[in-house]
Amino acid sequence: MAEDVSPTIDQDIHTEPMLLQMGPSHPATHGTVRFNLTMDGETIVKCDTEIGYLHRGFEKESEHSTWNQVFPYTDRLNYVSPLLNNFGYALAVEKLLELDVPPRCKWIRTLMGEISRLTDHLTATGASALELGAMSAFLYCIEGREILWDLVEQVTGARLTVSYGRVGGLRDDLPENFEEDWEYVRERLYEIHEEIRTLLSRNRIFLDRTQGTGAIDPETAIDWGFTGPILRSAGVDYDVRKDHPYFMYDEVDFDVPVGETGDNYDRYLVRLEEIIQSIRIIDQCLEKMEPGPVTADDPRVVLPEKDDVYNTIEGMINHFKLVFEGIQVPAGEVYSYTEGSNGELGFHIVSNGTGKPWKVGIRSPSMIHMGGIHELLEGGMLADIIPTFDTINMIGGECDK
Amino acid sequence: MAEILIDYVREEYEDAVLESHSRLGNDTVVVDKDAVPDVIQFLKDDDRCKMNLLRQISCVDYDNRHPRFEVVYVLYSLQHKHMLLVRAPVPEDDCEVPTISHLYRTAGWLEREVWDMYGVTFDGHPDLRRVMMYEEFEGHPLRKDYDKQDGQPRTEFLSRERDSVEEFNIYVKDRDAAGSRDE
Repeated sequence: MAEDVSPTIDQDIHTEPMLLQMGPSHPATHGTVRFNLTMDGETIVKCDTEIGYLHRGFEKESEHSTWNQVFPYTDRLNYVSPLLNNFGYALAVEKLLELDVPPRCKWIRTLMGEISRLTDHLTATGASALELGAMSAFLYCIEGREILWDLVEQVTGARLTVSYGRVGGLRDDLPENFEEDWEYVRERLYEIHEEIRTLLSRNRIFLDRTQGTGAIDPETAIDWGFTGPILRSAGVDYDVRKDHPYFMYDEVDFDVPVGETGDNYDRYLVRLEEIIQSIRIIDQCLEKMEPGPVTADDPRVVLPEKDDVYNTIEGMINHFKLVFEGIQVPAGEVYSYTEGSNGELGFHIVSNGTGKPWKVGIRSPSMIHMGGIHELLEGGMLADIIPTFDTINMIGGECDK
Repeated sequence: MAEILIDYVREEYEDAVLESHSRLGNDTVVVDKDAVPDVIQFLKDDDRCKMNLLRQISCVDYDNRHPRFEVVYVLYSLQHKHMLLVRAPVPEDDCEVPTISHLYRTAGWLEREVWDMYGVTFDGHPDLRRVMMYEEFEGHPLRKDYDKQDGQPRTEFLSRERDSVEEFNIYVKDRDAAGSRDE
């Protein structure tokens, strides 16, 4: 009877590609993005990315707000590192105003921006560990993020939606005990970093899932406009902080880690090293910072002291005009760019000389990364989407604007 | 320093350059929209320019100015570390720019966004679909004549009150589920 069975097995089994929808509310596609996958068995043949499920009309809403009212909206772009968005937008408007902020303000912006970068990198590393099954590494990362957010809370009053930046300065100076609190956080962060490294970097399961998956070569990455840790992991040492220093980045000493193969493991290593570099930058900021004002001395832009608002007529009128009519930004256009945590964060701002922006265009790194993510997924297995998507670290708010 | 880029473009495409300026650290050439692919191809391939990273394609709606739109390409060179903005004015009645999606692969994605938001079409684009908005959306939300409050609800459900038990029974329970095997 055996002869009757074998010919049917040898026959070519007719197969068809299978269509598979992944997302928008898949647990691994944190943020809301949908992949329309064409599968051949478990291999991805084609991937069509759909974004826009979290579109809130950031650009449209900004056109109907005064210049300072845009800050709360920028918090909600990349909500894991809101301070970087705040300062990026503030820098763009200040370029248009041709306004220079005091050195202490620049130092604090550099410092708080790096704290935000730390929270973002810890979240990205922790989330990718969690989704590959490493719960304890995730908890260490989140502990690091919590103590950093405690610091942010002391400074800004909020953990997530900080609105700390202002055109021409900052909302407030650092609190008095900031330096001692940072001492504790820094020591704990070094410990956490060491824990994560020992838990993941030589972990067999983690290595098998991340090494060689989601790889991209530098030419393709540049062609798709990738920036930030993704481009650096592919071996291109492009970092806006180094190449076009803004704030006080030219005064501090730090290294730009660069990967080799551009796979998930390299992106994880680049992020891990950037955590160390950010801690170094914060230490140098605290060391070199001098006391002084944190807002520019320019009544056209900066709100007057509360004492003047309540007790002098000039102060009150100034306050009223700035709040109701907004800062009068001279007509013009500027494209300003900073290094966000995921890549280059650009603001293309147009003013027509009134208190409201005519256009606030944003170059959000996540959105551009989503345009080319199929390059990393196609040809790989379905299960590789999870580590790749984690190390890309797409943030829904930033991607969908 | 990078103003030299403007000179290169002027040398090569004298007729196409309408205007150029350098302000606030942004060097800008304004070119005729039909020359956009040629100018950008030159900027990408020329050894002195090597603009290999397309940072952003953006668009501005000037509403009452003529020509109404301006498409802005932000180009950057990772090798020479210089940036140039190429702008192309687009009139409202001829809302079309030749695509540059064959030069940079990310351009196709960014052009889709510009079309979605401003309604500027890109001639020769292989796959001009909406990105942020859904397919059924009418109009282009970032145009100045699109009102901010002008919402377009996705389904007929949204305009009706659904949280009552009766409504739930009408719309959910009484209707056969998709793929139902009931005869």
